[in-house]
Amino acid sequence: MKVKNTEDLREIKDKFFPLIKQRLGHRNGLGITQVLVCSGTACSSAESQDFRLELERELERRNLRDNVRIFKTGCFGFCQHGPIAMVHPGEVFYCQVKPDDVKELVETHFLSGRVVERLLYQNNGQRANNIEDIHFFQAQKRIVLRNCGVINPEDISEYIARDGYFALADIILNKKPSEIIDKIKKSGLRGRGGAGFPTGRKWEMTAAQDVKPKYVLCNADEGDPGAFMDRSILEGDPHSILEAMAVSGYCIGAAQGYIYIRAEYPIAVERLEIAIDQARGYGLLGKNLFGTSFDFDIGLRFGAGAFVCGEETALLQSVMGQRGEPRPRPPYPAQEGLWGKPTLISNVETYANIPVILREGWEWYSGHGTASSKGSKVFSLAGKINTTGLIEVPMGTTLRTIVFDIGGGIPGGKKFKAVQTGGPSGGCIPDKYLDLPIDYESLKEIGSMMGSGGMIVMDEENCMVDIARFYVEFTQDESCGRCTPCRVGTKRLLEVLKRITEGKGEMEDLELLEELAFDIRDASLCGLGQTAPNPVISTMRYFREEYIAHIRDKTCPAGVCKALLDYTVDEAKCAACGLCAKVCAAGAITGARGQPYRIDPEKCLKCAACVAKCPKNAITKGIRKEDVNIAETGIHTGTGGQEERAAL
Amino acid sequence: MVQYAHTGKESREREIPAPFVSEGKPEQKPDKEQTWEKKFNELDRYISLYAKEPGQLIIILQKAQDIFGYLPEEAQAYIAEKTGTPVSEVNGVVTFYSLFSTEPRGKCALDLCMGTACYIKGAQELMDTLKDQLQIDAGETTADHLFTVNTTRCIGACGLAPILVVNGEVHGNAKSGEIIKIIQKYRKGEDSESKKH
Ligand SMILES: Cc1cc2nc3c(=O)[nH]c(=O)nc-3n(C[C@H](O)[C@H](O)[C@H](O)COP(=O)(O)O)c2cc1C
Ligand code: FES
Repeated sequence: MKVKNTEDLREIKDKFFPLIKQRLGHRNGLGITQVLVCSGTACSSAESQDFRLELERELERRNLRDNVRIFKTGCFGFCQHGPIAMVHPGEVFYCQVKPDDVKELVETHFLSGRVVERLLYQNNGQRANNIEDIHFFQAQKRIVLRNCGVINPEDISEYIARDGYFALADIILNKKPSEIIDKIKKSGLRGRGGAGFPTGRKWEMTAAQDVKPKYVLCNADEGDPGAFMDRSILEGDPHSILEAMAVSGYCIGAAQGYIYIRAEYPIAVERLEIAIDQARGYGLLGKNLFGTSFDFDIGLRFGAGAFVCGEETALLQSVMGQRGEPRPRPPYPAQEGLWGKPTLISNVETYANIPVILREGWEWYSGHGTASSKGSKVFSLAGKINTTGLIEVPMGTTLRTIVFDIGGGIPGGKKFKAVQTGGPSGGCIPDKYLDLPIDYESLKEIGSMMGSGGMIVMDEENCMVDIARFYVEFTQDESCGRCTPCRVGTKRLLEVLKRITEGKGEMEDLELLEELAFDIRDASLCGLGQTAPNPVISTMRYFREEYIAHIRDKTCPAGVCKALLDYTVDEAKCAACGLCAKVCAAGAITGARGQPYRIDPEKCLKCAACVAKCPKNAITKGIRKEDVNIAETGIHTGTGGQEERAAL
Repeated sequence: MVQYAHTGKESREREIPAPFVSEGKPEQKPDKEQTWEKKFNELDRYISLYAKEPGQLIIILQKAQDIFGYLPEEAQAYIAEKTGTPVSEVNGVVTFYSLFSTEPRGKCALDLCMGTACYIKGAQELMDTLKDQLQIDAGETTADHLFTVNTTRCIGACGLAPILVVNGEVHGNAKSGEIIKIIQKYRKGEDSESKKH
């Protein structure tokens, strides 16, 4: 069937809406039970698909297939407690479901109508019957993620039942491009790919180019090595991206779009392939959309693992099948992009906002957020946090709300140290800014950036010098080598940082680091180099004392930098069982029955295998023995070794 | 291609144009030449499928890597010839992207996530264990072609950090001891294999 107008869409919607309505909490006497099984990357990694298949088999066996229907769905965000299965009616939210739970679930819930208590999430000892009872969801506002966990991303009808493609139909049939561009401008939407450029202005600029053909490009590269927002959106609601791209194509005058996605994201790629096929089947992509002369189609282009390809000029090269090397701007992609033609490049989440803005109105949309940053932001919250997951909050939410209310704080009673935002281009934010409402400007002011939305929480056991080294190692590795400041500069930067983490740093290194950082920032060709020093600059700004501890005192206060710590056996706790000596690959542990075991620091490889093995938890890692830190006086004695002593 | 999670099977098969399975025929041991030829035949299908559109070199190379397990020089030259691209350009693209490998990989692919979340939850210790046990660096294969160690960036399951992917299967909350066991298991399996022959 080809969809020709809004009536055709409505017909589909009417057919599928009852299912959706039940999932939204209405007990509309549908007479069936629905099970939504999360099928995003995280839950699938935890074997949600095995659960789903086992459930299907069990229902088959008991002849319940007509009464209980199973659907795949996108990320609920509660990844820490996945795999998730939600049952309607009743919005019962089951966590960590396993194939072994299927039998009980079927017997107790589907046959006897009782909730399986043991599979519910526990909030401080209290069972959460309902998704609304869970703290994680209470401070969130799901605008972009409104369909994730509600619809089956592999069925276009369900997207339509959620009013999908109505905006596209209305625009193509009734509206002028300039009207829509105006709405997007008024909504205040800014690019979610990092820099926060106003999206409406970008559309306007590309629309104003008097060149044909033009292209629409979606940046789904998501290179930040600790982020999974864009991928989750594509996995959970692919049609929203397709609809938004078609709308922007209509507005700027393009007939072809491309989505650039990493081949390493098999689930997202698969969902997109299915979504594009289905949209073409319904005539929502392809030639003569809604019977007009407007054509628009979308193709996938694959990245092959290069961070720099997220940068827009490098992205253009990669989409054309070349080495992804950036070039100076101007000309901007809006002027000269793919094959030299004007190209609109936006991020996945930016596109995902478009259908909502058009449906609910720009006034509604701009009612969320702060003065300069409208709407919401999706973050992937991970690291040292109780509830890792995918979250969406209004712009202007504080880090405290995110880390402590939504994320449930730091595990193991450890102390919060920093939040890293913006990935390798961003910075580390210390606890003094926990109450700062975050938006594009405020983050920039404190030396970080919004970035695409990776948010990594760190506790007292994370070494900030080591984190800076980690990011610089990443950017150094990913530097395309085209310009010298980035290629050579990051290498030097990394050398100095390594020296410091190995206990061989000198106080002058701090100045050298700063100098290098600012040179690289100012002289690099593209955003990768320009932002590469940010993790160093921000950690030096807020955690300078940690640098000094490494350099002057040769200690790593967090106990991370291996060269600066030793593993020791607590003789009082040691039961002399000898398990540690057995597991030690380096043969560094000696002892005998009845005598406490000892670790030879010279031989020890610091692999920590013994720590894991010890039944008495008698092995601890700590700062160098000879580095005695006399707290009361603040005097540090001892250094890392002979050479270092000489250097001091 | 690195396949992380285990969906995608069905559709991936759907995508491949008519496979070469010779159903019902007695199983014949294909000699090396024959399989090599088969592989090039399969590659041909992808080239004709994709080469119509501009800019599809990367996906062709990915398919070639799926087929051969890596990108041997012969395959690169073949793709260059068939698509009318200079070999130097093909090789330039191959060397630019970290997903492409020009060396055959070991039987057991160990991909360690070195994304930020995994890193701060101890991925470095796991890496040290791997290096120590196998005596190779990331990106290398052991001399007996049994193990290849690679690092990946966030695989999107940070809740399970740190993560080790063993031949496409995700191991969450990985520990050094577990890694040692996995390695030993593979070594043993290989031992008994070779004794059988
Ligand atoms: C080194 C580097 C990496 C980038 N990586 C990404 C990325 O992974 N995803 C993304 O959407 N934008 C990324 N960007 C930003 C893009 O260059 C571009 O600004 C963005 O895609 C524009 O979309 P927006 O206006 O919707 O934000 C990156 C920029 C730089 C400098
Ligand atoms: S960082 Fe390893 S899965 Fe996200």
